[in-house]
Amino acid sequence: MNAHYPALLVTVPLLSGFVISTAGWLNKRFCFPIAVAALAVSAFSCVGVLLQVIEQGAVIYKLGAWEPPFGIVYHVDHLNGLVLVVVSMVALINLIASKRTVQEEFPEKLGPFYTMYVFMCTGLLGITVTGDAFNLYVLLEITALSGYGLLSMSNNDRSTFATLNYLYMGTIGACFYLLGVGYLYIVTGSLNMRDIAQILPSLYGSKAVVAAFIICLVGVWAKMAFFPLHGWLPNAYTFASSAASGLITPLVTKVMIYVMIRLILTIFTPAFAFSVVLVSKPIVWLAVIAIVMGAVLALASRNLKKMLTYIVVAEVGYMVGGAWLGNRIGMTGAILHIVNDALMTLCVFLAVGNIVYKIKDTGFENLQGLFRKMPFTMGAFVIGAMSIIGVPPTCGFFSKWYLISGGLQAGQYGFVAALLFSSLVSVVLFFRVFEIGFYEPLADHHGHGHSAPQPEPQPQMHPMMDEAPVSMLVPLMVVAAGLVLVGMYTGDIVEHIVRFAIPNALI
Amino acid sequence: METITSIKPLLAVLVSLLITPILVSSRGPNVRETWTFVAAGLKFLLVVSMVPAVLGGAEIVYTMAEVFPGVAIKFRVDALGMLFALVASSLWIVTSAYSIGYMRGLNEHSQTRYFVFFALALSATIGVAFSANLLTLYLFYEMLSFATYPLVTHHQDSEARSSGRKYLLYIVGTSIGIVLPAMLICYNMTGTLEFSRQGIFAGTEPRSTMLVLLLMLVLGFAKVAIMPLHSWLPAAMVAPTPVSALLHAVAVVKVGAFSVLRVLTGIFGIDLLSRLDLGTVICYIAAFTVIVASLMALSQDGLKRRLAFSTIGQLSYIVLGVALLSPKGMIGGMTHIAMHAFGKITLFFCAGAIFVATGKKNISEMVGIGKRMPVTMIAFFIGSLSVIGLPPTGGFFSKWYLVLGTLQADQMPMLIVLLGSSLLNAAYFLPIVYRAFFCTAEESMFPNTVQEAPVWCVTPLVITAVGSVALFFYPTVFLQLAELAIGK
Repeated sequence: MNAHYPALLVTVPLLSGFVISTAGWLNKRFCFPIAVAALAVSAFSCVGVLLQVIEQGAVIYKLGAWEPPFGIVYHVDHLNGLVLVVVSMVALINLIASKRTVQEEFPEKLGPFYTMYVFMCTGLLGITVTGDAFNLYVLLEITALSGYGLLSMSNNDRSTFATLNYLYMGTIGACFYLLGVGYLYIVTGSLNMRDIAQILPSLYGSKAVVAAFIICLVGVWAKMAFFPLHGWLPNAYTFASSAASGLITPLVTKVMIYVMIRLILTIFTPAFAFSVVLVSKPIVWLAVIAIVMGAVLALASRNLKKMLTYIVVAEVGYMVGGAWLGNRIGMTGAILHIVNDALMTLCVFLAVGNIVYKIKDTGFENLQGLFRKMPFTMGAFVIGAMSIIGVPPTCGFFSKWYLISGGLQAGQYGFVAALLFSSLVSVVLFFRVFEIGFYEPLADHHGHGHSAPQPEPQPQMHPMMDEAPVSMLVPLMVVAAGLVLVGMYTGDIVEHIVRFAIPNALI
Repeated sequence: METITSIKPLLAVLVSLLITPILVSSRGPNVRETWTFVAAGLKFLLVVSMVPAVLGGAEIVYTMAEVFPGVAIKFRVDALGMLFALVASSLWIVTSAYSIGYMRGLNEHSQTRYFVFFALALSATIGVAFSANLLTLYLFYEMLSFATYPLVTHHQDSEARSSGRKYLLYIVGTSIGIVLPAMLICYNMTGTLEFSRQGIFAGTEPRSTMLVLLLMLVLGFAKVAIMPLHSWLPAAMVAPTPVSALLHAVAVVKVGAFSVLRVLTGIFGIDLLSRLDLGTVICYIAAFTVIVASLMALSQDGLKRRLAFSTIGQLSYIVLGVALLSPKGMIGGMTHIAMHAFGKITLFFCAGAIFVATGKKNISEMVGIGKRMPVTMIAFFIGSLSVIGLPPTGGFFSKWYLVLGTLQADQMPMLIVLLGSSLLNAAYFLPIVYRAFFCTAEESMFPNTVQEAPVWCVTPLVITAVGSVALFFYPTVFLQLAELAIGK
C-alpha cells in the first residue's frame, strides 16, 4: 500500500469519476460522499508520499513497471511532494465547504458536477506528480477540459462566453507547451524529464533547445495568466459558481507556476535557464508589470470577486518574478508562495462563497453592513486579506519576505518596489471593502452621543445577523487558522522541504 | 547574564487573546466585563511575577519558532520591556473599569466588539514589550495597528471613516512602506535582527547608510508621532475616550516610542550612534516636534485634541532623552514612558468624565466646571502637574533626569528646548484648571451643585491621579529597571 501512494493519489479520483457519473443516474445523494471519499484517500496518499520523501528522498513510481525513460514514471521529490499536499488539501476542503452551494445551484446536475470536479483534481495532481513531459501535456488537457466544464456550469449567463474565451487561450497555451515538448523530443529523443535533463547539457548551444524552452514557457504563462496573457482569467473566474472558482482559482495558476519551476529546475537546469538563455532580467521586469497592472486593475474593479481575481493576476507576478530572480532565496520565496497563495486564495474565495450564498451579488454596493450580517465569514476574510497584504504572522508575510529578500540580493530593486507597492495597494483594496461592510449604510445616529444614561445597554447580539451555514463556516475557519499556522511553521517548511526542492547549483 | 527559559512571556501575551472567544460568545455585559477583568488581572500578575527575576539581572526567554535563518519569533523579557509591560498591564485594569463607566454611561453600541479588540490590542502591546527581535516586534506592532482600527472608528460615522483612513495611511503606510524594507535591508546586511546592547551592525558600514536606515526606522514607526508623521494622532481622537486614554496616551503611542528605543539601543547600539554622531540628528528632530507640538496644543479648543498634541510633544521627550545617549538622559527618557503614562491617562479620564457628565468637549465650554466636578478637576490638576513636570508628581522625576541628561551630554540647546516646553505645557494646561475653579458666578457655565460622573468613571481617574503622586515618592521600580536597561 505505502509503495503505491503516487499511483493512488491520481487513480482513486480518476476512477471515482466514473463511479460518480454512474451514481448521478442512480441516486444523486451518493455523488458527494463518493467524491469526498476519493479526495480524502488522495489527500491521505499525498501526505503519505510527502512524509516518505522527507524521510528517504525522492520516490519513483514506475507505472505498469515500465522502465524509464520508456515508460511513464511518477517522480515525487520535495518540490512536487509539497505541491501535491497543497493541491489535494485545497480540493478536499473546497469540496466539503461547497456542498450546500452545489446542491442549491445545480440540484439536477450533481453527477456531472462532481465527476468533473474529481477529474479536475486528477488532472492537477497528475500534472504535479508526473515525471514525464508528454504525460504532463495529457494531464494538462484533462485539467483544462474539466475546468471549462466546471467554469461554464454556472447560473450566470456570462460564464459561457467567459469560458469560451478561456478555452481559446487555454488551448493556445497547451499547444505551445506541446510544441515545445515536440522540439525537445526531436533534439533529445526522450520525454522523461530527468532523462532529457541528462542529455541536454551537450546541446545547450542548439537554437532548437532555446526555442523549445521559450515556447514551453510562453505556453505555461498563458495557462497561468501571466500578464499580458491574463485576459481570460478575471471573467472566467468571476462568473463561475462559488464551488468551481473555489477549486480553480487557488490551484490552476499555482500548479502552472509549479510547472514553470519544474521546467527551470529539472528539465532545463538553473545553469541553462539563468546563464545560457539571458532572459531572467526581462522576465522579472515583466513580472513587475504584472504585479503593478494586477494591482491597478484590482483598484478599478467594483466587484469583490473580480477584484480578487486581479489580485490573483498580481500574485502570479510575485511567483514568476521570484522564480526568475536567479537566486536561492527568490526561488524559496516562489515555492513557499505557491503554498501560501493557494491557501490564502482559498480562504478569501471560500469567504466570497459564503457571501454569494447569502447575498448573491458581490458588487461593492451590495456589501453594506456585511460585518454585522456575517461577522464570522468576514473575520476569516479579514485574516485572508491580512495574508494577502502580508501582515505577520499570517503566511503571506513570510513568502513575501523571501521574495523581497531575493530581490534585494539580486539587485532587482524594481521587483522589490513592486512588491511593496502591491502590499500597500492591497491595504487600500481590502480596507475599501471593509469600509463598505463596516460603515455603510451610514446612519445619522449610532447610539452614540449624549443620551440619558440608561440602566441597560443595547442588546449585544444584533438581530440582523444572517450567517452562512455551519458546514460552510467550519472549513473557512479551518483555512483561516491554517494561514496563521503555516506562517508560524514557515521555518520548518523551508528547513525540511523547500531547501531540498532547490538544487544546490542554485545559490 | 542569567537567562531563564519560561513560557510566562507567551502566556502574558496570550491571556487577553484567549478570552476573545469568550467575549464574543458572552451574552451579557456583566459576563463580558468580568472576563475582561480576569484577563487584565491575570496579565498583570504574570507580568509582576517576572519582575523579581528581571530586577535580579536575569532575562526570561521563550522561543516560539525560527521562521527565517537566524530570526525567530521570540520573546525576551528584559528591564526595558518589563518597564513598559508593567505600565501597560497595570493601566489596562484601571481602564477596564473606566470603560465600563464610560461605555455604559453613554449607552454606546457594539460594546462586545469594543472589548474584544481592546483585549487584542493589549495582547499586541505586551507582545511588543517582550519582543526579542525586530521581526517579532514588527509582528505585534502590525497586530496592534489593525486591532485598534475598529476601536478608533467605533462610532462608524463619516468622521470616524475619514479618521480611520488617516490612521491607516500613516500607521500602516509607514510600517509596510518604510519599516519593512528597512528591516529587510538590515537583515540582508547582518543576518540577524536580534536586539543586543552593542547593536547588530559591525560598525564598518558607511555613515550615510546608517543614517538612512536610522531615519527609516525612527520615522517609520509612526506610532511615535514624530513630526511630520504626527497628524494621525489628533485625528484618532474620534475614538471613545477610554480608547484615547489607554491606547493614545499609553499603549499605541508608547509602542511607537518603545520601538524607537529598541531601534536606538538594540539595533544600532549606543556606541555606534555616539561614534557616528547620529544621536544628535534624532535629538534635533525630536526637539522640533516637542516645541511645535506644544505650540499647536496652545491653540486647540477641543480638550482631547489639546491632550493629543501634548502627547505628541511628550512622546518626543522619550526619544530625545534616549537620543542624548548620556546615562541620565536615557534614564529620563525611559522612565518618562511610565511617568507620562500615569499623568496623561488621568487627563484623558478626566476629559471623558466631563463628557459623560456634561456632554462638553471644548475647553471654552468648561468655565466653572470645577465647582460641579471638583474631584475630576483636582485629578486633572494633578495630571497637568505631572505632564508639566512639577513636584509632587512622577513627571517631575523623569523631567529632572532629562534635564540632567542634557547637561551630561553637554547639549545646551536641548536644555533650552526642555525648559521652554515645560513653560508651554504649563501655558496650555493651567488656564483650564484656573478657569474651572476661579470664575465669577456670572461667568460660570454650570450650576453650583456637585454632580460628578458615574462612580466607575471617577474611581479610575482618582486611582491614576494618586498613582502619579505616588510615583514621585516611590519611583524605585521604574528607576531600577531603567538603570538595568542602560547597563548600570
